[in-house]
Amino acid sequence: MRAVTTEKTTHPVLIFWIVTGWVGFALLPWYGVEDFWFLDWLTEGWPTDSDYAPAAFLLGQGEKPWLWPLAPALLAPLALLRRRKTDPAYAYVLLAAGGFGFAWLIAQGLGIGIRGWTADWLSALFGPLEDRQYGMGYGALVVASALLFLFTQGIAARGAINGDVFVTGAIGGVIAVVTIFVFFPIAKMLGAAFITEEGGYSIPLFFAKFFDDHIWGLGCLSGTRCGVAWNSLFLAVLVGVLTTLLGLVFALVLTRSGFRFKRELRAITVLPIITPPFVIGLAIILLFGLSGAVTTWVADLIGVRPTRWVYGLPGILIAQLLAFTPIAFLVLIGVVEGVSPSMEEAAQTLRATRWQTFRTVSLPLMRPGLANAFLLGFIESMADFGNPLVLGGNYDVLSTEIFFAIVGAQYDQGRAAILSMVLLGFTLAAFYLQRFWLGKKSYTTVTGKGDSGVHPQMPRGLAIPVYTIAALWGGFTLIIYGMILYGSVVQLWGVDNTLTFKHYLTAFAVRIEDGGIRWIGSAWDSFWTTIMISTVAAPLTAAVGLITAYLLTRQDFAGKRSFEFGTMLSFAIPGTVIGVSYILAFNVPPIEITGTGLILVISFIFRNMPVGVRAGIASMSQLDRSLDESSLTLGANSWQTFRRVILPLLRPAILAALVYSFVRAMTAISAVIFLVSARYDMATSYIIGRVENNDYGLAIAYSTALIFVMLAAVGLLQLLVGRTQIGRRLAHEQGGS
Amino acid sequence: MAGASSKAASVVFDHVTKVYGKDVVAVNDVSLSIAPGKLVTLLGPSGCGKTTTLRMIAGLEMATRGCILIGDKDVTTLPATDRDVSMVFQSYALFPHMTVLENVSYGLKFSGFSKVETLERANAGLSLVGLDGYGGRLPSELSGGQQQRVAVARALVLEPQVLLFDEPLSNLDAKLRRHVREEIREIQQNLGLTVVYVTHDQEEALAVSDEIVVMKNAAIAQIGRPRELYDAPADTFVADFIGEANLVECQIAAVDGDMAEISVGGVRHRLPSRGLKPGKAMLALRPSRIRVTDGDGLAATVEKVTYVGPRMEYTFAGDFGQLFAVSDDVDAPLKVGDAIRIGLAASGPVLVPDA
Repeated sequence: MRAVTTEKTTHPVLIFWIVTGWVGFALLPWYGVEDFWFLDWLTEGWPTDSDYAPAAFLLGQGEKPWLWPLAPALLAPLALLRRRKTDPAYAYVLLAAGGFGFAWLIAQGLGIGIRGWTADWLSALFGPLEDRQYGMGYGALVVASALLFLFTQGIAARGAINGDVFVTGAIGGVIAVVTIFVFFPIAKMLGAAFITEEGGYSIPLFFAKFFDDHIWGLGCLSGTRCGVAWNSLFLAVLVGVLTTLLGLVFALVLTRSGFRFKRELRAITVLPIITPPFVIGLAIILLFGLSGAVTTWVADLIGVRPTRWVYGLPGILIAQLLAFTPIAFLVLIGVVEGVSPSMEEAAQTLRATRWQTFRTVSLPLMRPGLANAFLLGFIESMADFGNPLVLGGNYDVLSTEIFFAIVGAQYDQGRAAILSMVLLGFTLAAFYLQRFWLGKKSYTTVTGKGDSGVHPQMPRGLAIPVYTIAALWGGFTLIIYGMILYGSVVQLWGVDNTLTFKHYLTAFAVRIEDGGIRWIGSAWDSFWTTIMISTVAAPLTAAVGLITAYLLTRQDFAGKRSFEFGTMLSFAIPGTVIGVSYILAFNVPPIEITGTGLILVISFIFRNMPVGVRAGIASMSQLDRSLDESSLTLGANSWQTFRRVILPLLRPAILAALVYSFVRAMTAISAVIFLVSARYDMATSYIIGRVENNDYGLAIAYSTALIFVMLAAVGLLQLLVGRTQIGRRLAHEQGGS
Repeated sequence: MAGASSKAASVVFDHVTKVYGKDVVAVNDVSLSIAPGKLVTLLGPSGCGKTTTLRMIAGLEMATRGCILIGDKDVTTLPATDRDVSMVFQSYALFPHMTVLENVSYGLKFSGFSKVETLERANAGLSLVGLDGYGGRLPSELSGGQQQRVAVARALVLEPQVLLFDEPLSNLDAKLRRHVREEIREIQQNLGLTVVYVTHDQEEALAVSDEIVVMKNAAIAQIGRPRELYDAPADTFVADFIGEANLVECQIAAVDGDMAEISVGGVRHRLPSRGLKPGKAMLALRPSRIRVTDGDGLAATVEKVTYVGPRMEYTFAGDFGQLFAVSDDVDAPLKVGDAIRIGLAASGPVLVPDA
């Protein structure tokens, strides 16, 4: 009964992309319109006004002649509609047309900019150009996708990946977007490090800037100040080690003790994840600052003048520990639970005591978790922007230096680029050290067979310190959050402690008039922007992440390792670096999107995609491969298999990816601070602005509101995605019993 | 389901090789031909390449070299989706988020049937495997045997040219295993399906197959009907793998036409020569073809005695080495240390080339 696709002469996918290509070429505005989300251009001179005209109309009016070569690239595939897939011409034409068209589109975009040719050698080669072009718009985007997917269909027709159109297309698509939105900006940023103020390239200047004493100085050994690079490194290592230890402590309490309030403990440890990053910093100022409650109390007690001791390393350290311990905890809880109980039971039956078991079996098996937790803490600390800004004092770190290099009076792109390179160098080095440390040993203990054992309890010698630390830290977290809540409802913290709702009113007042609601609070603008951007970014992030995870776990293709590296790269890149590189890469054609909401969405997608990928890989490797295979032998193609078998079984991973990317988009600051504009201000950058004006009450009130919004959103998502019907046990696990 | 037999197709492997990575040869230059409507078993120890062979028929693995034909059509480069083949997986691979009926209808949806016809065929498939009325359940609500039958029904309703089974019984308990294998054989014969069946259980293979392909080290060791393999193994590997033969060195004293005169430890025996020349050879002795009662024959001592219910199992030691034998006499068993002269059954022992 099965229609064999190789013999068909109709190709719905091919037709779809040819039609799409022509729509982009002949109907949609070729160049970028002011507002990506709105359709104002339809009434403002389209299709003949050259700002809004489609490529076909531009060419018809004799403008932008360099777009002509795209026409044959879109025409050629039409000749294939009646041919068979096995016909060699089919693959050849698609490869040629799609490959040439796509390459030409990129080449003309990079070669011709706002001032004509973008490089001197181009005008020397082709003569001066009177014309110019702006950033690409809908038309170019759609045509580019069409050409790309025509090209991948050509690859599929050549027999790659068993001729699978969906898989080749997905690989091509992911490679294209990762190249454009991860590699291209990074490359652009690295290039900026060599650019002199006059616009030329200079290597000596680069070295002069790179080895600047302000970056690498070792003054702190002799009493003065150290370079920012050492400051950042020292802080990050400290934070990495301490968050890992604290995370492990909480994970142990939850999995290996008789502690009764596990749910509550879990909630406390997760709370900081949905907290905007510098709120904790504020609470620390309120507690330990010059006029902070604890500082004044202790000062009174021992009779010294209160100091600004908390500004600098101690403050940043405490704030980052509070903020990043939960991340380490979430990584470690999975690993600590994942250590197969039967291995620990086996060790005990081999006469190991509880302590020996823990030291020789449990702990070594947790190594990947420990390494990952450290890496995350390290990178997060390196990239963290909010806390050093609020609490840094004289302790300069890379992320804030980068910020001031770009937005400050100095406006030195080259310096920002060099600092970013240093930062990137550290994180990539940590990434590789981690790989090296883990080596090739296999730590897989989940075999798919039912494991009915029970985790042993911690040995007593370990339990006492673990309990103590967990209790102290849990209590501290609670106090901090109490402070945050309290701080949002007092007049002026530390000075005037009368209760008031005025901060909430300033931020979120509404007035009902003329039958409508007027959002008169000062925070509403940034609030709605944040909600909108996060809502758009979350599903896209999850989609890109899960498709990538599917390719990585379920498909084999040449270059898979480097593909994986590319998709994980943006994870090792601190947000500050992403922010700087996006500004450098995307404020000029061919892609001109700085100051739009789009750039925020895109930066969120590629910042948070690796988490979607990891979540996807983790749950996909728990799905037996025979499920896909049986679907394939039953006649479904790989897209149908993905949609009907894999996706429904991936609901937990989808939920995790959605929640994470939504929350991150709401709380992110490090990349956002560079990318916001007057029109698209995000909640976090608005709050930072309030903090800089010492308007702490409003900042804290706003943050508190955000925390509750995120709680509600997480609950809502959980409801929407629903639970998978089957639970964890898969069908075949019951077979033998 | 009538008419399925008209779709059953032959499968031909023409010098097929499968190499993983650079130099891991999983299947080495295999040629075989499976006639339409036959049940052929791929049998061999783990790692012999039988599952890879099956997956190449399904299109889940692509041959590195060589040609694969299904029903005279070259399918070597066709992916699984485009081959008219369905497969029953070892793990059953039932989709846990779909009901039994949805599972069985899954393949029909992609085959261009109308909704009504899909439902009809799916229900017919379920009743064929005796699961009427189970359509609304989730796979997790079925027993292992029922899940297995759903997997069979899901593959059957597509009326494929070739139906593949990958160790379909390995997750069932011993009693159910016998029952289900008889069911599979019955359905296969009633519908006239071409079935390729992978197993490592020689008894299962002997019981269900029209023909058995014994594989060893990525190549075919022997192809033949069950009886042929059992009675005339091509080499010591096949002899040992099918029906655990005792392999004993012997001397061919004389060859007379088709028959040979051999001597084992002083005992003389006449049996088919199978083209062997006088000299040293190997004798394959099935455990049931050794006479355990005292009489003329080889001097041996009883080394081990095991009672397994319907029969006794003995290990004898002597000049010939060790022999494993079974006896139906459970009422008066031998004891460890007994001295006895055991003999060869008149028919059954077979000469194999010394590989």
